[in-house]
Amino acid sequence: MAETNGNASRVEIRFSGSGGQGILLAAAIVAEAATALGKNVVQTQSYGPAARGGASKAEAILADDEIDYPEIDTPDVSLCLSQEAYEKYARDTRPGGLLVYDSGLVEPDDRLRGRELHGIPFTQAAAEHLKKTVVANIVAVGALVEITGMVPAEAAEAAVVSRVPERFRELNVEAFRLGRRLASEA
Amino acid sequence: MPASPILMQGNEAVAEGAIAAGARFFAGYPITPSTEIAETLARRMPEVGGSFMQMEDEIASIAAVCGASLAGLKALTATSGPGFSLMQEMIGFAEMAQVPCVIVDVMRGGPSTGLPTEPSQGDVMQARWGTHGEHSVIALVPSSVYECYTLTIEAFNLAEQYRTPVIVLSDALLGHMREAVTLPEPGSLRIAERGTPDCAPEEYDTVMSDLDNILPRPPLGSPFRVHVTGLVYNRRSGAPETGDPEVASDLGRYLREKIYHHRDAIARVEEYEMKDAEVAIFAYGSVARSAKAVVKWARARGVPVGLVRPITLWPFPTLAVDRMAERVRTVIVPEMNIKQMSWEVQAAVAGRAKVVDFGRVDGKLITPPQIEELVKPEFYYHDWEKP
Repeated sequence: MAETNGNASRVEIRFSGSGGQGILLAAAIVAEAATALGKNVVQTQSYGPAARGGASKAEAILADDEIDYPEIDTPDVSLCLSQEAYEKYARDTRPGGLLVYDSGLVEPDDRLRGRELHGIPFTQAAAEHLKKTVVANIVAVGALVEITGMVPAEAAEAAVVSRVPERFRELNVEAFRLGRRLASEA
Repeated sequence: MPASPILMQGNEAVAEGAIAAGARFFAGYPITPSTEIAETLARRMPEVGGSFMQMEDEIASIAAVCGASLAGLKALTATSGPGFSLMQEMIGFAEMAQVPCVIVDVMRGGPSTGLPTEPSQGDVMQARWGTHGEHSVIALVPSSVYECYTLTIEAFNLAEQYRTPVIVLSDALLGHMREAVTLPEPGSLRIAERGTPDCAPEEYDTVMSDLDNILPRPPLGSPFRVHVTGLVYNRRSGAPETGDPEVASDLGRYLREKIYHHRDAIARVEEYEMKDAEVAIFAYGSVARSAKAVVKWARARGVPVGLVRPITLWPFPTLAVDRMAERVRTVIVPEMNIKQMSWEVQAAVAGRAKVVDFGRVDGKLITPPQIEELVKPEFYYHDWEKP
């Protein structure tokens, strides 16, 4: 297990994928869960002018100390949901770091040797179990939380509930729990 | 019970700050990266009995804001570069007619459509000189989500106190950034209310503001007879009077001095590790966060670097810059534009220290290593001669 447990004094996480996959929401959920723990939290995002497509990223820093520079060069932890985003953003994951990726959409290469890799087919699992690929991001958040323990699962689930519109709440909570299950079975 | 931390976005914090300040009118036209301010206020204004209007463009937006303020409400608009450009003429009207209001500019890369989703600090001089003619201005520049909240409140207070438009200069990074914040208790905030002139309506023509007693503007429709014009006007009657050079001079000088006379009271800076600093980084907004990281990095290595962070960009914090110039050998000015504030720093430092500028206009935040490279040993070794 990489140094990503709740005791680390500073964890830098990068979420990346293609525009429309819900990367920003995934980052906001983790950030909100950490906020509830009393951590210092900064969450930033970067995307182009288009609402769909293109590689987009969001980042979250969870720390005990004050967070000055709000961006990340070499993330401790990456969550990646598209090949384009992998090439552009996830490859920078630091040696000894950890990458959680959608194994149906991303093929990591040799350059990430020395990182802990967890491939889970989030999009395919969302289609099979929930009939909705749109919640693949939340499935991925569930897996990320289960694998890293960077925030307690209860806090993350509460953040899912608070961040998604009411009529999609149940679906998203199911997606979150599915992600946790897939990660613990993997 | 102390308030617990919440995760809030910079743009949301501006919107909530406006509500806390008592703003009850927003007019705007959505534009990235400011849109969440409009989005949040579209929901929040009706909840507090206020009004939200989406206008046909930015010119109409600032015009509606001036109208709402003249009718007695605290009012704001929010935009980004292209919209800020469109608003300049009416910002001048608000300066001239002394209409308190708040304009939030969430800066993005420009000119023109530029880099719609990327941060910049390219509008700092436009905030100062964007509208034509001699005028004064107040502009505040937050560097955290917390400050997006508190400085929006401060902007309304200054607008009311000095009867002037106040500009809040956020940027795309800060506007979209979320941070864990614990907002101040509502009762702990200073909120400046508008009030009415301390005289009977029929005596209103006989009283006049001076620099130390700026009278509040009575709302249109009140018993006070109010004249509003963009023309040069007689400061006593408010009526247009363009034929008398003395009247024009009196108004022109008053509008400028109204802010400059008070600039030491208005201008706020954060000074960090400046006590024994030999190198100062003068940095504002998002870039100040990178600068602070560099100060910590340098101090951990025993290198005497400090930070001067203007919170008020306009009026320019001359006192603090004087203090800095007397103390340090070198001032580094990193900014997401090319030399805009560094010229101003250079003028104020007036040769007392070396000024090193560093600009970035690619839509990316200046990083700590980029500033670290500028902290050269000759800037702090004692055998290095002052220029």
